[in-house]
Amino acid sequence: MGKEKAYKRILFLFLPLILILLFLIFPFYWTFVTSIKPETELYGKSVTYWPRDVTFQAYRSLFIDYNFIKPMKNSFIVAMSTTALTLFVATLAAYAFSRYRFRGRRAFMILFLTNNMFPTVLLLIPLYAIMRRLGILYTPLALILSYTTFTIPFSVWLLNGYLSDMPMSLEEAAMVDGANRAQAFIRIILPVLVPCLVATGVYIFMTSWNEYTFAVMFTNERSRTIPVSLKNLIGQLGVQWDLLTAGGIITIIPVCVMFFFAQRRLVEGLTAGAVKG
Amino acid sequence: MHQRKAGIWPYLLVAPALLVVIAVVLTPVLNAILMSFQSYDLRRPSAIEYIGLDNYQAVMRDTLFWESLWRTVLWVVFGVGFQFVFGFSLALLLNKPFYGRGIVRSISLIPWVTPGVLIGLMWRWIFDGNFGVFNDLLIKMNIINQPIPFLARQDTVFPAVVVAIIWQGIPFFALMLLAGLQGVPIELYEAADIDGANVFQKFFRITVPSLKNTIYVTTLLRIIWVANSVDVIFNMTGGGPAYASQTLSVYVFNKANALNLGYSSTMSILLTLLLLVVAVPYLKSMFKNQES
Repeated sequence: MGKEKAYKRILFLFLPLILILLFLIFPFYWTFVTSIKPETELYGKSVTYWPRDVTFQAYRSLFIDYNFIKPMKNSFIVAMSTTALTLFVATLAAYAFSRYRFRGRRAFMILFLTNNMFPTVLLLIPLYAIMRRLGILYTPLALILSYTTFTIPFSVWLLNGYLSDMPMSLEEAAMVDGANRAQAFIRIILPVLVPCLVATGVYIFMTSWNEYTFAVMFTNERSRTIPVSLKNLIGQLGVQWDLLTAGGIITIIPVCVMFFFAQRRLVEGLTAGAVKG
Repeated sequence: MHQRKAGIWPYLLVAPALLVVIAVVLTPVLNAILMSFQSYDLRRPSAIEYIGLDNYQAVMRDTLFWESLWRTVLWVVFGVGFQFVFGFSLALLLNKPFYGRGIVRSISLIPWVTPGVLIGLMWRWIFDGNFGVFNDLLIKMNIINQPIPFLARQDTVFPAVVVAIIWQGIPFFALMLLAGLQGVPIELYEAADIDGANVFQKFFRITVPSLKNTIYVTTLLRIIWVANSVDVIFNMTGGGPAYASQTLSVYVFNKANALNLGYSSTMSILLTLLLLVVAVPYLKSMFKNQES
């Protein structure tokens, strides 16, 4: 009886789980292995599943010969600014939606949600023309503004969900005690909201850090972000896979770390709308 | 529900977000509509003028547009379809208690945080015709004798890009459905056990109906994202060879890169209109859920 159960568990739980995980993890593993292989092994006769000689030459070369710090800095500036700007305006709006009932509230909320639906390529083209006319094409501002097209609607919606789940009784008690609404918000709501702001912020940061389609059209050599630089490692000499995969690993690690800490609350927020009802 | 008189405050609070959105979303959308009626080609900036419906007529005659559109349908059906199947399976597996479940769940999120560029390039390297690991595996398993240049052949390139998008989308489905699964009351299953229901009956009579809304909303959202996705295909194949992996979004992007903004605006508007079929029910249900 017990034996049969263990056998069932392996067949219906661990086996499929391992297969799906292999599929999900392998490309990432392969990227890493490629990044630490010497070139001779990379383009050798046989494919090795763990490098015979481990080398970090590609990482060195990435920073020394290709100045990868520059796009990292650009990406960081863009992602940080997008996150700060978005969180600020989205928190105000979400607070209004969750705490006030006012004329046009429904229409505004629908407007924000609808804005999330527009294809990138629809916005890309006119934004390119507008940025060019304003003279901010190829500056970080061009990217920050274009990223708010998807981060603001998304964050307003997410934060509204978090705030609506918070009881109003605490705030009201503070207001009875003579605090005004702003004070009540800062003292009572904000401390509870911080983890939600962090989760939302991580998501905004991640999407801005990873974004390619806007970035490739709105940056030049000076303002290039990581995703564009990665692609640009493909030069006349063909693809230098060791460099490219090393760049990929460097790109993904910071967001991975951030994401793992924020994932639980983020998923709670994302699923709140869908799971209910 | 707050009964206090709201006055001007809520409008002031919404104003900053609203202004940004009007500037960077609504203005461009209106611009795109205007540009679709113009001969807006940045290679010939002096010849920009209104040309009525010429762009739309040209798009209707463009066989590449129809091919890309059909490929978008396949891209969505197979991409989202398999994301759903594998994502749902993963959610069901992760819903069972076992040692190390938390770590497994975290690790399985990696594709979600991977930038689209890297996804495209990574799979391009895996499917490489000379040094690709996929070929090596197939040869080692005696499935093929000669390496296949998957991304250089018109008949294999599309399945290959679909694999990449499936990879990207599994975690999102898994997480959303897992959250849904954890909300299903355990009593339902206990009652079914007493009635002697088997695994399949429990799955189709309890699990699926309980998750109906989560499945609906998540699938609609994924359809919109996958249909709009540019970076994976663009970095994997650029839409080639001979346009064999070009979806409508990638076509628009390629045209925009070629600076023919009027023509690409026209196509992007048509794409948006088509996506409304999916977006409207999504918006309706999201709104209903958040308000309840």
